[in-house]
Amino acid sequence: MYNFEFSKPSTVADAVAALASEDAQALGGGQTLLPTMKQRLAQPETLVSLTGIDELKGVCQGDNGAVVVGGATTHATVAADAAALYPALAALASHIGDPQVRNRGTIGGSLANNDPAACYPAAALGSGATITTNKRDIAADDYFQGMFTTALEEGEIITSVSFPVPEAANYQKFVQPASRFAMVGIFVAKYSDGVRVAVTGASEDGVYRWSEAEAALSSNFSASALSDLSVSSDGMITDLHATAAYRAHLVKVMTGRAVAAAS
Amino acid sequence: MAKISMTVNGKAVSGEVEGRTLLSAFLRDDQGLTGTHIGCDTSQCGACNVHVNGVNVKSCTMLAAEADGAEVTTIEGMSNADGSLSVVQQAFQDYHGLQCGFCTPGMVMTAAALLKENPKPTEAEVRAYLEGNICRCTGYHNIVKAIMAASGQDVMPVAAE
Repeated sequence: MYNFEFSKPSTVADAVAALASEDAQALGGGQTLLPTMKQRLAQPETLVSLTGIDELKGVCQGDNGAVVVGGATTHATVAADAAALYPALAALASHIGDPQVRNRGTIGGSLANNDPAACYPAAALGSGATITTNKRDIAADDYFQGMFTTALEEGEIITSVSFPVPEAANYQKFVQPASRFAMVGIFVAKYSDGVRVAVTGASEDGVYRWSEAEAALSSNFSASALSDLSVSSDGMITDLHATAAYRAHLVKVMTGRAVAAAS
Repeated sequence: MAKISMTVNGKAVSGEVEGRTLLSAFLRDDQGLTGTHIGCDTSQCGACNVHVNGVNVKSCTMLAAEADGAEVTTIEGMSNADGSLSVVQQAFQDYHGLQCGFCTPGMVMTAAALLKENPKPTEAEVRAYLEGNICRCTGYHNIVKAIMAASGQDVMPVAAE
């Protein structure tokens, strides 16, 4: 990996200032960025670690009942500390990567990267979460803008993510067995005003909402409500692990499983 | 170059590192602790696992500078104070939880982390926890047996798959 300047500020304000320098990049747990840099696919001049900022860490319940996760909170912490507050979110976090990755990787890093096969984007979009940065609040529906693309501006830091807690929810991941990323992952969440279904791992445009399934499940929250729906393979990812047609098939199958398992 | 200091296996150490110096490189090249193995260098195999502030991490995917001020434990720090093997290490020997042994340091670090979190894991929990540790001799059955034995539980015969 090419060399860079390293800094580890202890406040968000200092991190924002450090990120203002040219070719500076924020470093969460580094479980994606460091391997990417080793392959020389990224070469920032400066890395600004967010792991020393205490105000970015932790899980709590907000005034409106939503579960609020600090941007630099590791997957392992979410798996443990959100278990009682939002079990489906904690379960999702507990199956990202492997235990060592979960001990370093952070929710902010995952959402900022927006890998098309990552798990957290499905939870955020499926829950209608709000992504809060050092500048503003961004609705999940506006945040995800395609593969590895988000509404974040240069130097903007995710400080927290607020998840409204649904009546029932579940995440089903069909894992790519080598990487543990989602070949297809479905997050289903039932709220009093309707059901949300977010799909990760499948589309060339990254995470998206399956609106037909949302409509069907909002009137009848059971797997049988999906039986008349079909999923087009247009725009689905094809790679050596699965064809577009197979991923399209998995979207429906895994959505049914998520509905059946939702609690 | 920046000066970093940390506690490694109970001993205060310091060194000069570049931004890009990985914790694995600092431990091996600067500290001479070559028990931490670099198997893949792509964050997959877990041979480089060490504990940082009590948490099991892949030291090839953490910057040395990120461990500034931390308490680090490597495989060299896993034996008992008198130099005898720890319970986990002894179990790996007793159940032959290795073939070539290259992955063993990481396996021992992960096994110790698991048993700290979950002192009486089921076999399925052991196997799930080993997701981030790869043994290319595929000696997993004996590794699982060793960890079950280290937890003080009966070691069930494991069917060949």
